[in-house]
Amino acid sequence: MNKKAFNFKDFMINYGVILIIVILVIFTGIKSPKFLSSSNLLNLLLNMSARLVIALGIAGCVITAGCDLSAGRIIGLGGCLAGILLQKADYANRFIEGGQPMNIFLAAIIVMLVCACFGAVTGSFIAFLSVPPFISTLAMMEIVYGLNLLVTNATPLGGYVKAYTDLASGRFLMIPYLVWIAIFIGVVSWFIFNMTRHGKYMYAIGANPQAAEVAGVPVKLTMVMIYAKAAAFYGLAGFMLGAKSGGASVNLGLGYEMEAIAACTIGGVSVTGGRGKVSSAVIGVAVFEFLKAALQFLGVNANAQWIALGVIIYIAISLDIRKYVAKK
Amino acid sequence: MAEYYLELKGVSKSFPGVKALDNVSLSVRPGTVHALMGENGAGKSTLMKCLFGIYKMDAGEVYINGQKVTINNPDEAMKMGIAMVHQELQPVLPRSVAENMYLGRFPTRNYGPLKVIDHKKMYEDTTRWLKEVGMDFDPKAPLSTLSIGQMQSIEIAKAVSHEAKVIIFDEPTSSLSEKEVDVLFRIMNDLRSRGVAMIYISHKMDEIKKISDDITIMRDGTYVGTWPAAEMTTDQIIARMVGRELTNVYPDHPCKPGEVILECRNVSSIHEKSFQDCSFKVKKGEIVGFGGLVGAQRTELMEAIFGMRGIKSGEVIINGQKVETKNPRRAMNAGEGLITEDRRGNGILGCLSIKDNVGISVYDKNLKAGFVLDHGKIGQIVSDSIDKLRIKTPNAQEAIANLSGGNQQKVIIARWLANDPDVLIMDEPTRGIDVGAKHEIYEIMVQLQQQGKAIIMISSEMAELLGMSDRIYVMCNGHIRGEITEPKDMTQEKVMHYATMF
Repeated sequence: MNKKAFNFKDFMINYGVILIIVILVIFTGIKSPKFLSSSNLLNLLLNMSARLVIALGIAGCVITAGCDLSAGRIIGLGGCLAGILLQKADYANRFIEGGQPMNIFLAAIIVMLVCACFGAVTGSFIAFLSVPPFISTLAMMEIVYGLNLLVTNATPLGGYVKAYTDLASGRFLMIPYLVWIAIFIGVVSWFIFNMTRHGKYMYAIGANPQAAEVAGVPVKLTMVMIYAKAAAFYGLAGFMLGAKSGGASVNLGLGYEMEAIAACTIGGVSVTGGRGKVSSAVIGVAVFEFLKAALQFLGVNANAQWIALGVIIYIAISLDIRKYVAKK
Repeated sequence: MAEYYLELKGVSKSFPGVKALDNVSLSVRPGTVHALMGENGAGKSTLMKCLFGIYKMDAGEVYINGQKVTINNPDEAMKMGIAMVHQELQPVLPRSVAENMYLGRFPTRNYGPLKVIDHKKMYEDTTRWLKEVGMDFDPKAPLSTLSIGQMQSIEIAKAVSHEAKVIIFDEPTSSLSEKEVDVLFRIMNDLRSRGVAMIYISHKMDEIKKISDDITIMRDGTYVGTWPAAEMTTDQIIARMVGRELTNVYPDHPCKPGEVILECRNVSSIHEKSFQDCSFKVKKGEIVGFGGLVGAQRTELMEAIFGMRGIKSGEVIINGQKVETKNPRRAMNAGEGLITEDRRGNGILGCLSIKDNVGISVYDKNLKAGFVLDHGKIGQIVSDSIDKLRIKTPNAQEAIANLSGGNQQKVIIARWLANDPDVLIMDEPTRGIDVGAKHEIYEIMVQLQQQGKAIIMISSEMAELLGMSDRIYVMCNGHIRGEITEPKDMTQEKVMHYATMF
């Protein structure tokens, strides 16, 4: 009897949040069948795609017991940069007059590389000058925002080439291209986390940075790479969000860093470091998006939804900490 | 007044697996300095922590001025007039001298229900107490602007301000300059004339002779005896500190040394107080012991050779090649391995699996296409080491944090063996490990030695040092004070002799 109760408790600690969401989804599905319609589910997937890419980037930072506040602003920069590169040649308010739109793959790569440079700077401050991640990424958040304002003159961008906006509307095997991009990034992340030295070093640093260094891990280089890679992902997410909304402004992605950190934690990326998988980010993002959508379908006051999100974060993080710390 | 101001009778204290104190007594006369001596781990600090209420004693009685008392926590100890000047000071560096003196007992002025700190009174009182011990600092100065010796005198002033009748000094001079020691002794002499009973823990023989009235010696958690300081010679003190029977529980390890594999020439730390001018050689097929008291800078020296600490001057030569030990990764690639003393702090990757903990050192050597980890080969290496080192675990996926200390240590050893180092440095390899696992680790060390590996072992356990080493260097105060090469010279007395050459 006792053993059974104990198992139940363990189960709740591990899967409590997911269980709540599953119940909520079923409940919403019964009350409003449209919630589980294929068009709504596809829409949910579309919403999840960019957020998953962001979460996968930030997961690396969280696994090393860090965080990244600059994510939202880098998304904005990535979105604007992609917009500048991919406006129609004959668009009236073209940012660069008389220019030609770029190939979208090339544009995506340029956006990712530029953003990666900013991430590398953030990471260098963290690795070489021991600036805490919170502060280092806070500083970069402000810098990137300022640069983006200067570059775009705070004017929203639009008039994108069709090939770019098609990423959101076009489908392959019934599934939008943007979702395929997210799946691709998920596979790449899984490969990096599990099949490369970089991934193993990342977990080692998260578990115990001093021990990792003694074990011969190039701690500093790994940290720089983690933040650079994360920023490249944010850039790509900005690129994706731009395609989805057909335009971009400096405020694109504002606040997404908090959602991504929360999603990672809900999925099981431990804020104490060393733990977290690609599936954690997927689950976390899904939980977040389903929760938001379900509340909307249930007609919960839009302002009150924020409270629900906050409550879920509290529950998730309390349970997460319970899993690892309370055992000692 | 009773003859002894403070008496401890029949104190015993056990920790899981160890009897730290066994029926220890200590009697301190008022107005005297009572030296408490013993090797590393003799139980001096444990005894003081029991007196101070930090540990709860299993058995034993405490008498103050003839009255039996019980002390449950440091707060009660202070109220009974007992103060401790700690070995490692724990001050709040950015705050002022006065705030540190009055931390936790700030003088306040009451405005109805509102309590406001009375800064004026705090600064005045601080100045007054500092004068009492012959010191004159600005009470508003941040503590960080003071030297360690000056911080210590503030600790003493704090003790005096408590009107302490018993003051415990736990290795107070370990980080003091000679001048600061003189100041400390002047204060102590002053306290003596005021009838304060002082307990003085130190390893420095000349200081003991200079300041103390009585000497109590402890060994392996037991009470050896108490003598008037004037009647004891240094040799007599050492003989009584080490006079135990050594039982041979160590595996045989006939030594056939090969060529020199590691040589350090005049290696000095970037910190003046740390190791200086250390030169030594290690040959293949040798277990080289490093003996010394806690604080002799052995760990610091080894960590510097492994690239964890800065070296100002000197050379580290491995296999005839000068090595730039800039970071552990370079040291590792040069053929070194280090099993650190602080397993939890910088040894294990706690939440990761055994596989990840062992594999971390061999990823570079097990790649497919230059960048994809060869999990098959790595898994094989890991399961081989689990078998070879007899690591007790359900499987290789188990988190290392769930293993016992001995098995954790074996995993760390496996990590380095997987990388096949030329020199393996083991810092206190059996600390916090039960007897059975200890013996297994000794056997692993002997196997490696027989295979021609070079091992450096730092050990603060005299028996282990003498039992396992083929050659011994003894350090004291950052310098290598002696080398013992002949088995017949490997005695406790000889090691202690070098270890106390301050």
